[in-house]
Amino acid sequence: MSDSYDQISQQLKSRHRKSTRLKYMSMGALALAGAFLLIFFADMLSKGLPAFKQAMINIEINYTEDAASNGRAAVDQDLSTIISRSVVRVIPLEMRNDPSLLGTTVQRWVLASANVDQYLKGNPVRGLDDEEKARIDRLVEDGRVEMQFNAGFFSRGDSKMPELAGIMSAVVGTVMTMIVTLGIAFPIGVMTAVYLEEFAPDNKLTQLIEININNLAAIPSILFGLLGLAIFINFFGVPRSTPLVGGMTLALMTLPVIIISTRTALRSVPESIRHAAFGVGCSRWQVVKDHVLPLAMPGIMTGSIIGLAQAMGETAPLIIVGMVAFIPDVTASFTQAATVMPAQVFTWSGEPSRAFVEKTAGGIIVLLAVLISLNAAAVLLRKKFERRW
Amino acid sequence: MNSQVPEMSKQQASAVGQPFTRNDDACHDLSIRVRDLNLWYGKAQALNGLNIDLYQKNVTALIGPSGCGKSTFLRCLNRMNDLIPSVRIEGLVEMDGRDVNAAKMDEVALRRRVGMVFQKPNPFPKSIFENVAYAPRMHDIVSRKGEQEELVEKALRDAGLWNEVKDKLHEPGTSLSGGQQQRLCIARAIAVQPDVILMDEPTSALDPISTATIEDLMDKLKKQFTIITVTHNMQQAARVADYTAFFHLGEIIEYNDTKTLFSNPATKKAEDYITGRYG
Repeated sequence: MSDSYDQISQQLKSRHRKSTRLKYMSMGALALAGAFLLIFFADMLSKGLPAFKQAMINIEINYTEDAASNGRAAVDQDLSTIISRSVVRVIPLEMRNDPSLLGTTVQRWVLASANVDQYLKGNPVRGLDDEEKARIDRLVEDGRVEMQFNAGFFSRGDSKMPELAGIMSAVVGTVMTMIVTLGIAFPIGVMTAVYLEEFAPDNKLTQLIEININNLAAIPSILFGLLGLAIFINFFGVPRSTPLVGGMTLALMTLPVIIISTRTALRSVPESIRHAAFGVGCSRWQVVKDHVLPLAMPGIMTGSIIGLAQAMGETAPLIIVGMVAFIPDVTASFTQAATVMPAQVFTWSGEPSRAFVEKTAGGIIVLLAVLISLNAAAVLLRKKFERRW
Repeated sequence: MNSQVPEMSKQQASAVGQPFTRNDDACHDLSIRVRDLNLWYGKAQALNGLNIDLYQKNVTALIGPSGCGKSTFLRCLNRMNDLIPSVRIEGLVEMDGRDVNAAKMDEVALRRRVGMVFQKPNPFPKSIFENVAYAPRMHDIVSRKGEQEELVEKALRDAGLWNEVKDKLHEPGTSLSGGQQQRLCIARAIAVQPDVILMDEPTSALDPISTATIEDLMDKLKKQFTIITVTHNMQQAARVADYTAFFHLGEIIEYNDTKTLFSNPATKKAEDYITGRYG
């Protein structure tokens, strides 16, 4: 005997309740995740955005005889404690490079000290007494002290003076490291995946290799650092702390990501395309080169960009190969000491001075902006080249 | 090749129940000779001692119920089965006196001479022009741009597609309708001037009007090419094929000229299948 309509709707009621409950639970999970993300961004932006502003003071610089040996002599004694030490330090150098400056006076915006900067940003400051604070307030009223856009943050390297510290050397170091990483990991990864997917026979050996590659993707990244130290630095003698060794180490880490995403992309190319190509007499390599790879390329690029973004945010393996270092000058070659953005953030986070807190957050904002644009590029690439067949 | 004919007649007389030569009197040139062909997928035997002679410039239809091995046999003729790792093949497939399965036979050279059209239209996701021009260029049949254009036009005309696509040669091949895509695949296959064209249920994914167009096309193309087609549709076999082979459970039960096979089948199995008792 079949159930009556009423019996069926009775059962249905509890089933509908269950699905409703599940729906609300999923929505709750999403809301929670969203809230955390929001809190994270709000905190980071509130701490980090001030780093893009910097207090500047408009002062008079007198290039006198005394100033040639002692830069402090060039500026008003009352102001010498509230301008950045870096300003007075470079005055003798300026005069040596350009002797015609002697005897002239220049009115110029210069960096204020980190204490002034922090005071104006409303943060607690220990290094200023009440008299100095009053003087700063007066200068602000006169329009001689201003918050200006901190262009130096993007154009200078690291410094022990927070007002002078910038992220440029880390950005250049990151770019050079990523060039090495991609230059090594992309061709090797893609060729490996092509071999495994299109040429290799399916036997115990290739299955073993496949399992190992999948495991490699899950290895803690610091182990790759140890491997880099042992093999690249100690065995092959690659200079430490350089974009070369950092890039090679990160390439080891990125390789499995690129291999796995390339294999997935190759697998998503329909078999009918391969049959069509074989059917007109393509050799196996022609099938891959002319038909499969072009179709898989968007997927391969997406995977590679994501792997690259992952490598870009990596710090642990780079600590081991010596890339977490104090690098005040922008690196000019692949074999010079360099640092990368996350390492720079790590270095700043360990600085005791209050002014470095906002540098840390500012560095994170720059890093995240780069990573988000990379991921956006990956999404756009996929959308643009996506094909239906 | 004509020297083979008397020998075959002798074999035909002796091989009762497994006729593999035609028994009409018309004289056609032999294209492909198959002897004792066995094929295994892993441990399962899919083809069981096949013997058949396929003739030039004719349409031969392979019919039979699903899973009878007709598509598998078709793929033996251009070694597409090589792509399946578990396949093992024994026996002789001979084309122009050469063993197709011999180690020194290059499958690329073979597929240059034996083109293939698949069940589902599968144009390359490239332009219509590129779909046709790709293979001839790859095989160095044409090099100059002008030659390419000539050849593309000829192939598309032969495939009966030229008038429909001449104004949009640079649009993607996948933008065409299903029947047009299948004719594009035929143009792609004939562009390299093969001797044989294999068709694996070429109309099963198409509507009746497109099917009729393809059938007309096969009738025209057999003047230039040897066409071997697999079909599920017995009316189609009766309409287009000069010869028909009936497959059952990996064996060729009956092979004859189409008219005889359909009007006067020699075996009970073929008769039952043709009259729709199973299949």
